[in-house]
Formats: sequence, structure tokens, C-alpha cells
Amino acid sequence: MSDYPEFEHDVLVIGAGGAGLRAAIEAAAQGVRVGLVCKSLLGKAHTVMAEGGMAAAMGNVDDRDGWRTHFADTMRGGQYLNSWRMAELHAKESPERARELESWGALFDRTPEGRILQRNFGGHKYPRLAHVGDRTGLEMIRTLQDHGIHQGIDVHMEVTVTRLLKDGDRCVGAFGYDREQGRFRVFKAKAVVLSTGGLGRAYLVTSNSWEGTGDGHSLAYHAGAELRDMEFIQFHPTGMIWPPSVRGILVTEGVRGEGGILKNNKGDRFMFRDIPPLYVEQTADTPEEGWRYVTGDREARRPPELLTRDHVARKIVKEVQEGRGSPHGGAFLDIAWIKERIKDSEAHIKKKLPSMYHQFKELAGIDITKEPMEVGPTTHYAMGGVAVDPDTQMSTTVPGLFAAGEVAGGLHGANRLGGNSLSDLVVFGKRAGEHAAKFARDNPQYAISEPEIEAAAGEALAPLERGVSQVGPFQLQFELQTMMQDQVGIARDEGLLTKALDGIRRIRDAVSEVGAGGNRWYNPGWHTALDMKHLLTVSEAIALSARERKESRGAHSRLDHPDKDAKWSTFNMIVRKGPEGGMVIERRDIPPLPQELADIIEEEG
Amino acid sequence: MKSATFKVWRGDREAGDFQTYEVELEPGYVVLDAIHKIQAEQANDLACRWNCKAGKCGSCSAEINGSPRLMCMTRVEDVAGNGPITVEPMRTFPVIKDLVTDVSWNYEVKASIQKMTPREPDFEDGSWKMHQYDVERPQEFRKCIECFLCQNVCHVLRDHQMHGEFAGPRHFVFAAQAEMNPIDLTDRIPQLREELGIGYCNITKCCTKVCPESITITDNAIIPLKERVVDRSYDPLTKLVRRIFGRSDKG
Ligand SMILES: Cc1cc2nc3c(=O)[nH]c(=O)nc-3n(C[C@H](O)[C@H](O)[C@H](O)COP(=O)(O)OP(=O)(O)OC[C@H]3O[C@@H](n4cnc5c(N)ncnc54)[C@H](O)[C@@H]3O)c2cc1C
Ligand code: SF4
Ligand code: SF4
Ligand code: FES
Repeated sequence: MSDYPEFEHDVLVIGAGGAGLRAAIEAAAQGVRVGLVCKSLLGKAHTVMAEGGMAAAMGNVDDRDGWRTHFADTMRGGQYLNSWRMAELHAKESPERARELESWGALFDRTPEGRILQRNFGGHKYPRLAHVGDRTGLEMIRTLQDHGIHQGIDVHMEVTVTRLLKDGDRCVGAFGYDREQGRFRVFKAKAVVLSTGGLGRAYLVTSNSWEGTGDGHSLAYHAGAELRDMEFIQFHPTGMIWPPSVRGILVTEGVRGEGGILKNNKGDRFMFRDIPPLYVEQTADTPEEGWRYVTGDREARRPPELLTRDHVARKIVKEVQEGRGSPHGGAFLDIAWIKERIKDSEAHIKKKLPSMYHQFKELAGIDITKEPMEVGPTTHYAMGGVAVDPDTQMSTTVPGLFAAGEVAGGLHGANRLGGNSLSDLVVFGKRAGEHAAKFARDNPQYAISEPEIEAAAGEALAPLERGVSQVGPFQLQFELQTMMQDQVGIARDEGLLTKALDGIRRIRDAVSEVGAGGNRWYNPGWHTALDMKHLLTVSEAIALSARERKESRGAHSRLDHPDKDAKWSTFNMIVRKGPEGGMVIERRDIPPLPQELADIIEEEG
Repeated sequence: MKSATFKVWRGDREAGDFQTYEVELEPGYVVLDAIHKIQAEQANDLACRWNCKAGKCGSCSAEINGSPRLMCMTRVEDVAGNGPITVEPMRTFPVIKDLVTDVSWNYEVKASIQKMTPREPDFEDGSWKMHQYDVERPQEFRKCIECFLCQNVCHVLRDHQMHGEFAGPRHFVFAAQAEMNPIDLTDRIPQLREELGIGYCNITKCCTKVCPESITITDNAIIPLKERVVDRSYDPLTKLVRRIFGRSDKG
């Protein structure tokens, strides 16, 4: 027996964002013992930062909406690389999950009839996002947290998992340390749910917090799981760009949903040019029609600012490259202009977008009710993730390991629609919790391997034992982020990607020598040194998958293969750990779409 | 302003002191940027909490030049005077290391507050009819990011250390949003009086002044709750009506 404190649960949930909390609540409701681990304090996960809303086809604002349209929108947004089964389940179940939040205390903004209000967002045909001003994520996480604390879940806050434990192929727990004192902990479990969120920290300019280091992607990969669609990284078109200290911080798409428009330095509304063929039919011809759309005219079509994120981001980059960018290399996002259209626009903007108002006022000295914002793309979301069974969320290769939320792949395909993440979290969080509980009940026997625990402990202690090194952990992290930004970013090509893969190998060598000063108590240098393994793993997966996909589709755009190519539309990229220990890549055929769903896509256009 | 001097409190439960760091500034720097720069370049093991860097998660609370604030929402140029800028942990909570404090007590108090009981749904799909004006008041309280700055300044906790008897402003805000939730039936008024100690609040409004979310904690949350507590205790008629007809002061 190791000397480390052991915690035994039937289901261990790693990650306490929306997905993890929902999974833990569901597993507890099934009557099993549940442990929940997270790196930050409870309620601080990424989910808290989500702004715009949660997509659910309730049809409260436009009764033409329904799961079929939501399904078709999600598939079109994902350029048909999505797991169609996940897209179907998601569209069908999200309304129920939204209403359930209300029964647990959430208070969404309301329609005049007293129902949940829904707003427009990019790629959604009808107003579909349930929201609370621009702080929807806070509402969701707080609701789940406040409900969850009464369900008998054991919460381990500020604990970082560094390795999953295996019994043969099966996942049976996790090893980690508490951030406070650096003490190791062993978690034993009959089933494990990963809900660790994203990996934006692999890039320099990102909307993600320090937590987004791709831990779950990497933990799963090293435990034998397959990762899919890793080439698809969403660069959100509107991040703050000035002053430098705020670079990357998100400006919600809700600004455009409320009527915000994009302009270049010539005052030209450039989004009206180059509308992608898939969307021409659905896009407004004139600014007038666009305005009618955002103010609820059912006959109008959406303004081009509300096209999918990949397209908007590329268009901004193009304006900048062609010399029409804003002073700090972005575009102007203007919501103040609506004063030409409505009375009391200042109060309206402050009511609809309170945290954007606050954020620009405090951090950039800009009053968005009076002047335009400067925005540019920021690394935002990982469409790719652990390959799972669409119904149960169990890993395709590791029994007992489940994944939900941003760490799981499939729902979003090549590009995620805004608002489809918050709904993803609760739909698949619930499913993962339910099936993990069932798996735990059906598979009570398992064994923990002592040598594996010792190996995990040795690996975790190594940087501290090496002590202060010539090149420190923060420098290496910065080097990797800079490289990913420049070479594996919005515009990619074969040469850059190959260079990046070499760079990743070089940094990996350097990491094996990096050390951290200080002791085990709350030591960010040490923690950063340990995070590097995960950052490198996900970076390699992204670069390798991106090099393999020789076309441009959704969020993945190749300068050397600028067009979409039908022959690449039939498979997903899968990476996994090969028998020699290196990363291997495979093209996996997408299962055939059932006729019923194909018809829906056809009908919905 | 090219650079600034920061005095950052470094230490643990046993001992600690201010250490001085010189930081080169970039335009728009907030205090959290400076702390990160110190961490990256001069003191890798400098401990602080943060997540969103945009005033949304409530992780980065600290005392800057003695006033309780979020480090990520405090521009360096706004706090730079002639001398160095001091940054220290919230003083009401036990220190873990450097700027990180043990705020776990807050989580315990919250878990002790009675949970919600929704009334029967209004619609067949299991949802409720609520108007914007019904939810407006509790929505203000639901903006809380749990930064605990209000807890940090409340003298009942800070000076009198009445953690056992007094839940603190954050939790009155929490109780207020629950009490004003249009579909919730739970009655927390007795608990507010007896266990959560709302009576100890003497309306100094220090909590309201520091709230980064501009929640009018005292006027909109605490005073109405106090009124309900008082109505309930001293008005035998309401008590009787309540006993016969169920709740009357909810909403
Ligand atoms: C600024 C911003 C705005 C957004 N706005 C929207 C929006 O309006 N609508 C929408 O649908 N989506 C939005 N998104 C996306 C969405 O918020 C995220 O994709 C989603 O919240 C991810 O949730 P999650 O539950 O998967 O993980 P997260 O909320 O990221 O939580 C991850 C959890 O895992 C834990 N964890 C990670 N690694 C470890 C480890 N090694 N050990 C232990 N614990 C670990 C973390 O501590 C955390 O608790 C936004 C994202 C950002 C950044
Ligand atoms: S108003 Fe009440 S709760 Fe707020 S600081 Fe003063 S005593 Fe504390
Ligand atoms: S009420 Fe305000 S000050 Fe208190 S914890 Fe919430 S956000 Fe912070
Ligand atoms: S880091 Fe989130 S509030 Fe400061």
C-alpha cells in the first residue's frame, strides 16, 4: 500500500464546470457515491465565463423552431463532420435540460409571455439562446453548484489530477496532488468521468484561463483513449485586442446578436462581401434587413455578422492583412450605432450587455454605448476531444472512462455554433453521469496497481527534485504558446505544421530537464512544469491532425489547400498512442447518416 | 509610466512579510498582470488565484494599497501614487500562502442554507410562468461572483470574528435571491434569524461599497430580509395568518 491518502468513490468526476457538475448530480441521483475533483475553487471553472447563452430549441420566441432545425444548424455549422447521433440527442434534449435548470433556481431573462427569452446567435436559424444578459455561464454554474452541494457529492477543490489509473484496459481512478500543500492523493473509482474543459492555453492569445491546458485530453490519450477532430480549434472572431494586457479576453457574440456590426478602417461593413455558398440563402442582402432580423422580424434574414465563427474570424484577418484593419490590428465592432434606431440605446446596451459594458469601461477605457470596440480573433474552443460512444459518452477504447463537455469530441464537428457548448455540457454531462453510474454498478470489482501509483508520484515530483533550472517552466510555456500561435493558428500550411511538430519535440526535451524552485506548497512554477506534458500532448495532436487534413473546412484553414474538398468530408481524424509510445493518426469513416436525419438536413436547407 | 514598484506579501500560516519587486509595465496593465509578471520572471512560486481575468469569476480578490479589490479589474495606473503599490491577501481569512487564503468556510456556510423547493410548474412542459419584473430583483443578487470581498470587509467577521454565528453579506445576498425566487417555497426567515445571524448586521454598508458587481447588498438584500425577520417575530397576526394560509411574505 502506498502512503498517500486514498479516496474511494463509485464514480469519480474530474472537472467541475457545467459538464462535471451535471454529471456528478446525475450520478448521485442514481444512488452511487460520487467524488468531484477540480483544479480551482468550486464555481470558478471556465463555464462561469460563458456569456451569450445556451442553445435550446424551445421555440419561445419563434415557434417555427424545433429540434430538427437545431440539428440541421449544428450539422451545417460543423460541416457535416459531427457525430450525427450526438447532434440529434443534443437538439432533442437541450430544451428539457434548460427547463430543469429553472427548477434548480436559474432565472433566465423572460419573454413578454413569461417564458424563457431566447436570443439570436451565429449559425442558429431562429432566436434560440436562453440567456441572462451576458452572464449566462455564471447562471448555469451557480445553479448547478448550489443544487449539487445538497446531493451528497464529495468535493475535492484545488486538486489537480496528473494521471489516470488503469486495471488492464479499464480506467479505475486517478492520481493527483492538492494545490494547497502539494500532497498526493489517490482516487479509486469504478468509473471515471472526464469533464476537464478545453485547451486554449496552448496558444498565446486565448479567451481561456490558466486551467485550459488540455489536461483531460492528454490524460485520456495517455490512458489509451482515442482523440478525434483535433485539427479543429475555434478562433473566436471577437476577442479584445487593446490594451495588450487584455488581449484575447472574449467579447461575446451577443454583441452582434443585439445588432452590433463589424467595420474596417474605411467604415465599410465588410461582412457583406464573400458570403459562403452554404449560407447565401439565409443571409440578409442589406443592412436594413439585418437590422430587422436582430429586432425580431420573422421574415428577415440574419446579418452577415452572424455567420459562423470560422468565417467571421477569417474575414477579420483578411481585412487586417489587406491594410484595412483597426489601429491595433483588428476590426471595429460597433453596437453604439443602434442609437440611430432606438431611443434609450445606452440603457438598452447596458441592460443587454452589462458585463461587456463593464469590461470595456474598466479595462480599455471605452464606453461601448458611445464608441466602437476594437476586436480580433482569439483562441477559444476545442471542437476535438475524446472519442466517445454518442449515447453513453464512454471512451471508444477505454472501458470505465467517460467524457463530457469540451473535453469530449463529436458534437461540433469542424466548427461549433455559439451557445451549443452550454447545452452540450448539460445534455452530455447528464448522460455521462447516468452511464458512469450504471457502469459502476455493473462492474464492482477492480484492482489498483501500486507500481503505477509510484510511477505517477515520481513523475510529479521530478521538477521539484531538479530544482531551479536554466530555462524555467513559464519560459517554456511561453515558447510553446508563441509557436502554436504562429505555426498552428488560423492560417496553416504543410511547412509550418511540420516545423511546429519539430518544435514540439524540442520543447518536450527541454521539459524533461525543467525544474521548479520553492517547496510543495501552492507553487505555480511547479504546477506549470507539470502542465507542460498536457500542453505538449494536445499541441502535437492538433498539429498532426492539421497536417493530415489537406483541405480547408470549418475552423481548419490551410493556405496550401484553401478549398473545401468533398473527398475529405467522409472521415474524421483520430489520434492515439501507438504501440511504440508515439502518436499515431488514422482516418476513420463517418458512419452513414440514417435516412430520417438526411431528410431533415435536406428539408431544413 | 514605465515601471512600478510592488510590495507583495509573501509568506504562509506561520510568518510572512512584504517583498519588493520592480515591474516593467505595458499599456493597460492591471495588478494581476504585474503579479503574473513577477511570477514568470522573478518568483515562480509566488502564489495567487485567478481564472477569468475579466472580473467574472471572483478568484483574484486581494487588498491593494489596503483596499479590497479584484486584482484583474484594478488598473495599475489607478492605484499608483508616489510610493510602492502594496498587494496583500484578504485579511479576514487564514492565509495559505502569499496571496492565497483559505475561504473554505464560505462554502460550508452556503451548504448550510436551506435548499430550494420549487412549486408546481405552470406549463405542461414542466416550466413556469415568470415575468421579467418577477425575476429582476433576484437577478441582481445572482450576479454575485463569490469573490468574498464583502465578507472580507464586514466588521462582524473581520473584527469580531463571529464566524460561527454570522453568515456574512455574501450569504445574505444568496438567501435573498432564494427568498425572492418566484417559484421557490422554502422559508428561510427563521434560519436567517436564528442560525445565520442577520440581526448582527448593523447596516454599515461597507460590504456594498466593495462589491465589484455593484450589488446593493445592504439596501436591496439585507434590509428587506431584516424586515421580513422583524415582521415575522413581532407581528402575531401575520404569524397566525401564516399558520392558517401558508406563506404570505414571499416574492
Ligand atoms: C469567455 C468564454 C465565453 C464563452 N461563452 C459561451 C457561450 O456564451 N455559450 C456557450 O455555449 N459556450 C460558451 N463558451 C464555451 C463554454 O463556456 C465552455 O466550452 C464550457 O464552459 C466548458 O465547460 P466544461 O464543463 O467542459 O469545462 P470547464 O468549465 O472548462 O471546467 C473544467 C473543469 O475541469 C477541471 N480540471 C481541468 N483539468 C483538471 C485536472 N487535471 N485535474 C482536476 N480538475 C481539472 C477544472 O478545474 C474545471 O473545474 C465560452 C467560453 C469562454 C472561455
Ligand atoms: S452592512 Fe451589515 S453585512 Fe454589510 S458590512 Fe455592514 S455589518 Fe456587515
Ligand atoms: S456580493 Fe459582491 S462582494 Fe460579495 S461575494 Fe458577491 S460579488 Fe463579491
Ligand atoms: S480573475 Fe476572475 S475575477 Fe479576477
